[in-house]
Amino acid sequence: MSDFFTATVLLATLASGIRLATPFLLAALGETLGQKSGVLNLGVEGVMLLGAYGAYYATLRTDSVLIGIGVGVLVGAFMGVVYGVVTLALKAEQGISGIGIFIFGLGISDLLFQKQVGTPTPIDGLGHFSIPVLGDLPLIGEALFQQNVLVYVAFLLVPALWFVINRTTFGLNVKAVGETPEAADSLGVSVDRTRYITIIVGNAMAGLAGAALALELAIFQQNLTNGHGFIAIALVYFGAWRPSGVMAGALVFGLIQAMVLQWKTLGIVVGTTASIVGMFPAVLTILVLVVVSRGTGAPAALTRPFERGH
Amino acid sequence: MLIGAVLAAGLIGAVMLLVLGANPLTGYAALIDGAFGGTKNLANSALKAMPLLLVGAGITVAFRTGVINIGGEGQIIAGAILSTLLVLALPDVPRLILLPSAFLFGAIGGAIWGGMAGALKSYAGVNEILSTIMLNIIAVQILNLLLRGPLMDPGEIERGSRIPHTERLSGNADLPILPGGTRLHFGVIVAVVMAVVCYVLLFRTTQGLRLRASGHNPFASLYAGMSVKRNVVLAFMYSGAMCGLAGVTLVFGSEGHRLATDGGATTFTGAAGFNGIVAALFGGLHPLWTIPASFLFGALLVGANAMQREVQVPAALILGLNGLVVVFVVASLQTRVRLAQIASRLRGEEQADLSLSDEASSAEAGADTS
Amino acid sequence: MTDTTNGEVLLELDGITKQFPGVLANDRVDFDVKSGEVHTLLGENGAGKSTLMKILYGLYNADEGEIRLRGNPVTISSPSDAIEQGIGMIHQHFMLVPTLTVAENVALGLPSSKRMLMDLTPVRQRIRELSDTYGLAVDPDSYIWQLAVGERQRVEILKAIYRDVSLLILDEPTSVLTPAEVDDLFETLRQMTRGGRGLVFISHKLHEVMALSDRITVLRLGRVTGRTTPAETSREDLAHMMVGRQVKLAPTRTDSTVGEARLTVRGLNVIGDRGTPAVTDLDIEVRSGEVVGIAGVSGNGQRELAEALSGLRPVASGEVIINGTDTTNRSPKEIRRLSVSYIPEERMRDGTVAEFSVAENLILTDHDLPPISRRGFLDFNQIKQVGSALVKRFTVKTPTLETPTSSLSGGNIQKLIIARELSGDPELLIAAQPTRGVDIGAAEYIHSVLMGQRAQGTAILLISEDLDEVMGLADRIAVMFEGRIMGVLDRAEATISRLGLLMAGVEEPNDSE
Repeated sequence: MSDFFTATVLLATLASGIRLATPFLLAALGETLGQKSGVLNLGVEGVMLLGAYGAYYATLRTDSVLIGIGVGVLVGAFMGVVYGVVTLALKAEQGISGIGIFIFGLGISDLLFQKQVGTPTPIDGLGHFSIPVLGDLPLIGEALFQQNVLVYVAFLLVPALWFVINRTTFGLNVKAVGETPEAADSLGVSVDRTRYITIIVGNAMAGLAGAALALELAIFQQNLTNGHGFIAIALVYFGAWRPSGVMAGALVFGLIQAMVLQWKTLGIVVGTTASIVGMFPAVLTILVLVVVSRGTGAPAALTRPFERGH
Repeated sequence: MLIGAVLAAGLIGAVMLLVLGANPLTGYAALIDGAFGGTKNLANSALKAMPLLLVGAGITVAFRTGVINIGGEGQIIAGAILSTLLVLALPDVPRLILLPSAFLFGAIGGAIWGGMAGALKSYAGVNEILSTIMLNIIAVQILNLLLRGPLMDPGEIERGSRIPHTERLSGNADLPILPGGTRLHFGVIVAVVMAVVCYVLLFRTTQGLRLRASGHNPFASLYAGMSVKRNVVLAFMYSGAMCGLAGVTLVFGSEGHRLATDGGATTFTGAAGFNGIVAALFGGLHPLWTIPASFLFGALLVGANAMQREVQVPAALILGLNGLVVVFVVASLQTRVRLAQIASRLRGEEQADLSLSDEASSAEAGADTS
Repeated sequence: MTDTTNGEVLLELDGITKQFPGVLANDRVDFDVKSGEVHTLLGENGAGKSTLMKILYGLYNADEGEIRLRGNPVTISSPSDAIEQGIGMIHQHFMLVPTLTVAENVALGLPSSKRMLMDLTPVRQRIRELSDTYGLAVDPDSYIWQLAVGERQRVEILKAIYRDVSLLILDEPTSVLTPAEVDDLFETLRQMTRGGRGLVFISHKLHEVMALSDRITVLRLGRVTGRTTPAETSREDLAHMMVGRQVKLAPTRTDSTVGEARLTVRGLNVIGDRGTPAVTDLDIEVRSGEVVGIAGVSGNGQRELAEALSGLRPVASGEVIINGTDTTNRSPKEIRRLSVSYIPEERMRDGTVAEFSVAENLILTDHDLPPISRRGFLDFNQIKQVGSALVKRFTVKTPTLETPTSSLSGGNIQKLIIARELSGDPELLIAAQPTRGVDIGAAEYIHSVLMGQRAQGTAILLISEDLDEVMGLADRIAVMFEGRIMGVLDRAEATISRLGLLMAGVEEPNDSE
């Protein structure tokens, strides 16, 4: 255990923790936007799987990480259109249809992988990009500012999302639609249009989160996400629907994962104990939900379909 | 509507087959033949349907109580583990005692695992969808831990191959094969009987009335003197017990008669915990209608394997399409319910009263909660 | 708006027909509004007045008929169209976002806020100006959830004035106001008409209609059944036009003997949903054979009081004694077993399971007792017998016992609840808003049933925001304001003005009158 508490190891853990937090963060920010407008998307896990596979496969074929990222985002946006039609036009119950999307993503990503790739073939993942000056800082420079591009994107999206929600008219519409859609509608704000935008953007971010995961691991396999998407949903509750809170939660989960990996590498946990450690994020998620469930701040119209005149 | 959902999913599946370079007609022909062609295939379909039915009928109890149980996978595993532990500990107990005890332990294991989600929901306010998903992940890890550790077949350790499964379990716990020359075993009967039990529970008992009342309207249930929290825990325990029974049939009815894992997320369950949801939804969340619905989806899964052999498209396609069926069914159910509501609300002159007084009361609710 | 002269016809609705499956909600309705007037639309629940206004505001589309504004035919297919045409609507339940500020609520959807970035400075400025002009004091930076009901309504009016509407529809705007607040509202509305706006006032409160209207149109069963002015009509005539027959505006009282105390509440404190005190140091006593009324604007702790008495909400301190048994913080089930019945305020939410059949709802509270329950199984023969007896006795109009309760009318659902609650001849009955939203016929029936129970010796706690109802039924009237009892008046000494002052929180001097 003493091996773990050295400056180098701790900094390396911090760096990888930030990297591992990125998929959580991207997915949870997207979910936050959707929930702010009153739409619960439980299909994040499935969308992440599809986005991850799309990014993996595109990168495998084109050797371009950027194209991979683009495909991941597009797959996510496409699933957003599907989910939007299902929940807004058809007014399907959001909880169960999200599970349907999850099962769909679980099956189809596996199907495509088996059919198109077959055996796990590694790809070149995301390269690291050192930010000038900051990246050269001693100690923390390496941990914080020599990351891959998606890490920067994810963390820049935190203030960006805050700004959109709190400082733009679109954000005002989103909040109104998520709290009291009738009020928004009665003033001529289109509830459906607002929700379509948040759902599509939110799912695109889930797709990007999947891409971040696949490109970080540089591999794809069946059920690659293994609960990432569901944990991301829990993080929205944890963060009380605030981007900064969501970021804090994502960092906690990223750092825990990094710590576990580090322990495995250092041989602190071996063999069957790895399974015990493997259930750590799930246990933590439940504990987090127990602690935050009494908290308030959920959009009042969350999961409630809107229908004019009712 | 329901058939429409399957047809729509099938159509999308056909497109996907085309995109993947397979002939959809050949593929679906192989699927249908593999599912329904001949006694052997029908028997296999029924076998595949058995865990779906147990899971699905149990899930109708949870759904009718207003909670969504996505934890079938974990509850199956919990039931399988507990019953396996019993049989490993007491292998020489006569079959007449051992087999029922195994079922009992399986039900208890599932009920405990499900009850945890129920208790978390009732007493800690944790969303049951998230908690059951997490409990699934935890169950898989426990299973892997046990099968790679204390429960690993001593033979595997000796040979050094270390495949994560138990030894062949006591023959006294084998599910008896039904006469007729197929692989059909006693578990199929258990599944059908238990689906009927779920029906009786829900619609013929006072407790079923309470469960359904809690599901439709927790406020009115509280007002009428019921404990909604208790009902939610109970519903999860019943639902989990049914999944636990599915776990028993999957272990003691398996060809190897042992508990195994592939180390991945689906382990030995074959995603029955998820496919059972599809069957339950397709059966209109009615335990009896879940019987034919499960058979249909069991057949699809069996047929998918035949299709995989015929046109080289992985059977995972069916899991994906099942996801679409869920989406379509929920969408169409909703549409139907909505249409029915609008129609009934406005039927007859006085009916308009109702919608107006609804508005008045929701106005109050709005004012109070805001 | 400013170029409008009073008397010009602003709006004409010509032959509006709206058919819903199985019901003709509007049948060739003609209606018009001139600038500078208040034109009241009067009718019972379900008469079609809300449908008509929803058509005008673009929430529904009419099947037939024409809408003309200042003589020009217009199509209004969404609220945005209505807003563009200068039409505003104040809905029965407020269309405000509680988690946003006043300024944000006003700014929502404004054409000027189509820009990307939000700038609330001019909005705040204008709100202050309009507040001053119209006497609508409200802080633009307050959050809606911080405001009292009366203030929220001011925000609604500000939203409309801000958008410079020439025509404003007000759907039951007084239902949540104290008599004094109603006076203030009417003053603001008159100021608006002086500026040339036309107002549509929807109400079923006859004295308000008489006080505010310039013209009155009465709807019944989707048709216009009368057009008149306050000068030409009386409350009795208006009621006749609404219902289509003579109605008694006050229930007939019978004799009853007041006996021993059935409900005694001492020093009761209850916490509300938001964690703040909802009921404070409340004492009350109800004896057998008497009706004690709790009057007050809703939201002043009445709901929490009823819930605490029936076991649905914890009691923070104090004691509740029912029939000599301390029931403080007992479960709803235990309290029911003491021969206590409860007609809940929100009948659709609390009183029935909408998806259940009429029969299932009739046995909902007794389902686990013999003879309905036999060793945990339901006895369907008994359910049928009990159900048909109750349906007959309480004249619940339902096609069959198996009919889903949701397809019954509001009045019949209320009768179903009353049938169930009175089936065991309770010794204590808590009745919360028993006639809210039901038609006049059902209300009359419910009043007579309550009077009958009183004559049989039931102690009744009647919680109602309808002053006419409380004054008509109650032997004593307690007025609740902000969780406290402001005063208890005997039936003989209760007048609207005295009750109104108490409802507004004004304490009476000790040597009253």
